[in-house]
Amino acid sequence: MKVLLSWLNEFGPFADPTDHEAVEAVAADLTSLGLAVEETIAIGSPVEGVISARVLRVEQHPDAAKVRRVWVDAGDGDERHVWCGASNMSAGDVVPLATLGTTMPNGMTIERRGILGIDSEGMLCSAVELGVGEDHSGILLLDGDAELGLSYAQVLGIEPDVVFDLDLTRNRPDCWSIEGVARDLSAWRSQPLAEVGEGSAVSGEARTVPVSIADPACGRFTATVVSGIRVGASPEWMVRRLEALGMRAINNVVDVSNYVMLELGQPNHAYDLSTIGGGFSVRMARDGETLTTLDDVERSCTVDDLLICDGNDVPVGLGGVMGGADSEISDSTTEVVLEIAWFAPLGIMKTATRHGLRSEASARYERGVDPALADRAAQRFAALLSLTCPDLVVHAGGADERSSGMPELIRSVDVRISEVNRSLGTDLAASDLPGLLNPIGFTVSANGDDVTVALPSWRPDSTSEIDVIEEIARHHGYGRLGRSVPKPTGHGHLTQAQIRRRLLRDVLVGLGISEAMPNPIVAPDTMARAGIEGETLRILNPLVADESALRLSLRPGLLTSLAHNEHHRRAGVSLFEIGKVYPPSGEGLPDEHEVLCVVLAGQDAYAAVLVWRQISQALGVGAMIDQSTVPGGMHGTRSGVLRAGRDIIGAIGEIAPEVLESFEVTERVAVIEARIDGMLTGKGGSRVYRPISRMPSSDLDLAFVLSDDVPADRLERALRQGASSLLVDLKLFDTYRGPGVLEGHRSLAWRLRLQANDRNLTDADIAEVKSACESAAKKLGAELRS
Amino acid sequence: MTNDIAAAIETALQRVSDAASLDEIDAVSGETLGKKGVLGGLKASLAKIADIEERKAVGRSLNEAFASVSAAIDERRQELIAIERAAQVAGERLDLTEAMDAASRGHLHLVTQAWQELEDVFVGLGFTVAEGPEVETDWHNFEALNMSEGHPARGEFDTLFIGHDEHEDAGDSGLLLRTHTSPVQIRTMLASEPPIYIVAPGRVFRRDTPDATHMPVFHQIEGLVVDRDISMADLAGTIEAFTQAFFGKGFTSRLRPSYFPFTEPSAEFDIRRPDGSWLELGGCGMVHPEVLRAGGVDPEEWSGFAFGFGIDRMAVMRHGITDIRDMYVNDIRFIEQF
Repeated sequence: MKVLLSWLNEFGPFADPTDHEAVEAVAADLTSLGLAVEETIAIGSPVEGVISARVLRVEQHPDAAKVRRVWVDAGDGDERHVWCGASNMSAGDVVPLATLGTTMPNGMTIERRGILGIDSEGMLCSAVELGVGEDHSGILLLDGDAELGLSYAQVLGIEPDVVFDLDLTRNRPDCWSIEGVARDLSAWRSQPLAEVGEGSAVSGEARTVPVSIADPACGRFTATVVSGIRVGASPEWMVRRLEALGMRAINNVVDVSNYVMLELGQPNHAYDLSTIGGGFSVRMARDGETLTTLDDVERSCTVDDLLICDGNDVPVGLGGVMGGADSEISDSTTEVVLEIAWFAPLGIMKTATRHGLRSEASARYERGVDPALADRAAQRFAALLSLTCPDLVVHAGGADERSSGMPELIRSVDVRISEVNRSLGTDLAASDLPGLLNPIGFTVSANGDDVTVALPSWRPDSTSEIDVIEEIARHHGYGRLGRSVPKPTGHGHLTQAQIRRRLLRDVLVGLGISEAMPNPIVAPDTMARAGIEGETLRILNPLVADESALRLSLRPGLLTSLAHNEHHRRAGVSLFEIGKVYPPSGEGLPDEHEVLCVVLAGQDAYAAVLVWRQISQALGVGAMIDQSTVPGGMHGTRSGVLRAGRDIIGAIGEIAPEVLESFEVTERVAVIEARIDGMLTGKGGSRVYRPISRMPSSDLDLAFVLSDDVPADRLERALRQGASSLLVDLKLFDTYRGPGVLEGHRSLAWRLRLQANDRNLTDADIAEVKSACESAAKKLGAELRS
Repeated sequence: MTNDIAAAIETALQRVSDAASLDEIDAVSGETLGKKGVLGGLKASLAKIADIEERKAVGRSLNEAFASVSAAIDERRQELIAIERAAQVAGERLDLTEAMDAASRGHLHLVTQAWQELEDVFVGLGFTVAEGPEVETDWHNFEALNMSEGHPARGEFDTLFIGHDEHEDAGDSGLLLRTHTSPVQIRTMLASEPPIYIVAPGRVFRRDTPDATHMPVFHQIEGLVVDRDISMADLAGTIEAFTQAFFGKGFTSRLRPSYFPFTEPSAEFDIRRPDGSWLELGGCGMVHPEVLRAGGVDPEEWSGFAFGFGIDRMAVMRHGITDIRDMYVNDIRFIEQF
């Protein structure tokens, strides 16, 4: 929302637009009020050195077809010669002359430059070049009677001004107007809000245009007949204000309509009285009903669109959004009927969205227009239009129809001063409230410590005590609120799971694995491409089809990251992610849970096992690798599931070759993927100290021949049991397949470190462990190798 | 005999100084001082001297000879040890700058780094850290936060709606990807009794085209305090305490009026850098009475404040990242920088 300082000043004054400090102060005040100033734009500063000059004569040079020679008089009696590319001027015209040394808005400096050896002593300017209009077809022609040698800006009556671009919040519909912004600003500055535009239009005989409202989406509809119109141009000052705020000047009727909307925030529409069939009806559209709006687009409506129809039930406007083309004001219009209405915000928002048509009117209606504003707006319309239509007559008997949708105009709320102070931490008295609230139209009636506040009709957002407290806070000043730090009764801490999640990250980073964060939203076929089965939740309104499914696994995202890195000649990258997956669980929220995934490019499954061992050790979790089940998308002979008790918590091994190919990864990729919610919340707490033995230890090396069908960790568990309490460490230190070992078998060599807590070991101890291990291994079919 | 001793000493000392290795010095030691060594042999023949006085005198000089030769041997041994050590060290020379392996520590994601630092600051201020699901119900994400169906502010969130099947209509399932971390406020209030002092960092989602400053998937941290007589002054003071703890001395904060459906009064909070420039950081306000009620908290008994801001932006600002999308490409050349 843009507001113009000179316009605000009519309600003020607030600041001289040429006084930089005063302008900055206004911007700061607006921001303090919650009307955030996004940008402060100085406009109308004239280009220094461009002055009015009269064209004396124009000549065509025989050798230069595209340019003319022009002699001008800038009022100092000297005859100056300039070359000029335009041809719309003739002797006697007054034009803007950029004198030598002038720096134009585009940065160009006017220098003595010659064509065909003849110097040019300046440049004649178009409206575009001076930033005063959009016409670039020729030189800007100034008033022929203008004094020569004056700044063109003075001739045009352009004055420096300032546009504030405000970022308004949704609760401030009142500030979609100059008056609303001025009201807040004058209250903040404790200065009176000046009245503008007391009407001076002539009122005439009663002429009533009948109105019927068929739907409460229209709460109020007034129709006033105005005659004596002469359609023409608006005054320059009005055109300039409209243009400064981004509206195009059309003609005096449309311009005044827009001016009133910008000034008071009341959208309104003037129809040519002769085109509306003698009346209005307001109703919901029939499905498929069409209307061509003012922007010459044919709109096909639905039953949710509100239509303004004429006396013959023909649509003449899309209610609250845009008028129809057929009832547009034309040059021959002499009588208009002025519609000023109130529409329910939500319906307008939906219609504007559905038609992709956000107009200045819809922007205001969808936020909430003051339902009490119609009469003042109509008066302002007539007063302003009478400036260009001296014969203008406002006819009595205007319609003012209201439906059940019309908001209550008289509303009030009780406010407890104790609640004000509890909420704001202030020490205000009830007697402080009128000074803060009355200037913004919240009228306070004192009632001891509790007050009743009448709410202004232009603040539909304000309905409850807390809404009024916010107004008190704003006008008291957020900057004047105290600063205290509340004292929590407990101490701050991370949960056990959060601490363990950090530990997990630290372990992985320590292993040289970096953290990635791929997008959890994937293409519909991504999971299948990664060999991961299961239905995914879908995004019903994705921005792009490639991002419309919620992942079931972190593997695809990390594989894509590996491919990216490989593509940039970074092979052997190790990445991990800790993130959510979202498998559906029937109705309601999915079985969302946290998963760790590690990918090690260029490494084999053993590398993944090693990382898993580090994690298990750090977090004190145990999960077995079970290769009897190959998880989807994983290498058929180098993968297994991670099994914690009966639960499968993840997968470990290598990515299947076909999956690698699909994700365009050429390296082997070792992977771990495991759900970690159980690991994080699992047994935490401190580990209990085990005394270190002071007795000497002995090592015992045992090699067993075991069938390839039996996993080594089964033998390991057997040896642990067999070796009993003397075993302090067990390590697999060699594996061998080949001559000397049975086909389909391998030799597994283990080193057992044995130690007692209370004595030296004897040969008998060691022999006993050896034989116990031997017999435990035998149950798995493993033979001790001699 | 005395002459024999003198000769033996001379020979032994010569051999000691000639010894070029520890093995040789050991040999000299044995052949001179040992029982069958030269001086050892002389000692054995002492008994043959009949005259007591003479025997004593020769014995004394023999002892002296033992002592001087043994001292010479020890001295030479130390010299040789030092020489051998020096030779070993000289032979083991490494040019440490020839080390070939590059550093290969892993790196936490920038968002994680900022996330953990923010958690630590708030833990220091007495907060605990709460979490909530990323797929949320419409009720938790909007309704309970004072944005009932049709509330215009809903439109500003560019929500991604979730269904079990792509042909469903948006909103039918009542599920969505949370558009902010504020639903954690509701979940926390419903799950626990005041006083509540929590922050809730987390991933949030918007239907937004990625560009240099926006990602459709990003991260926020949310704060919620509910206690007796919590006021807007407590909010302003907490924001200020956070500002100084996280950004450092010389940074201050301000609140200015704004609007959010779930807080009232609402504010934006800005951070003032030491150079005087302002940075818009996030939104905050007093928890709206309707939101407290939705969380099962009586607004007449308890009051509270909430605040929230983006985590990604913290990382972006701290490291001068010019395109936020770079944080999510997972290019190792980016990751390794931090």
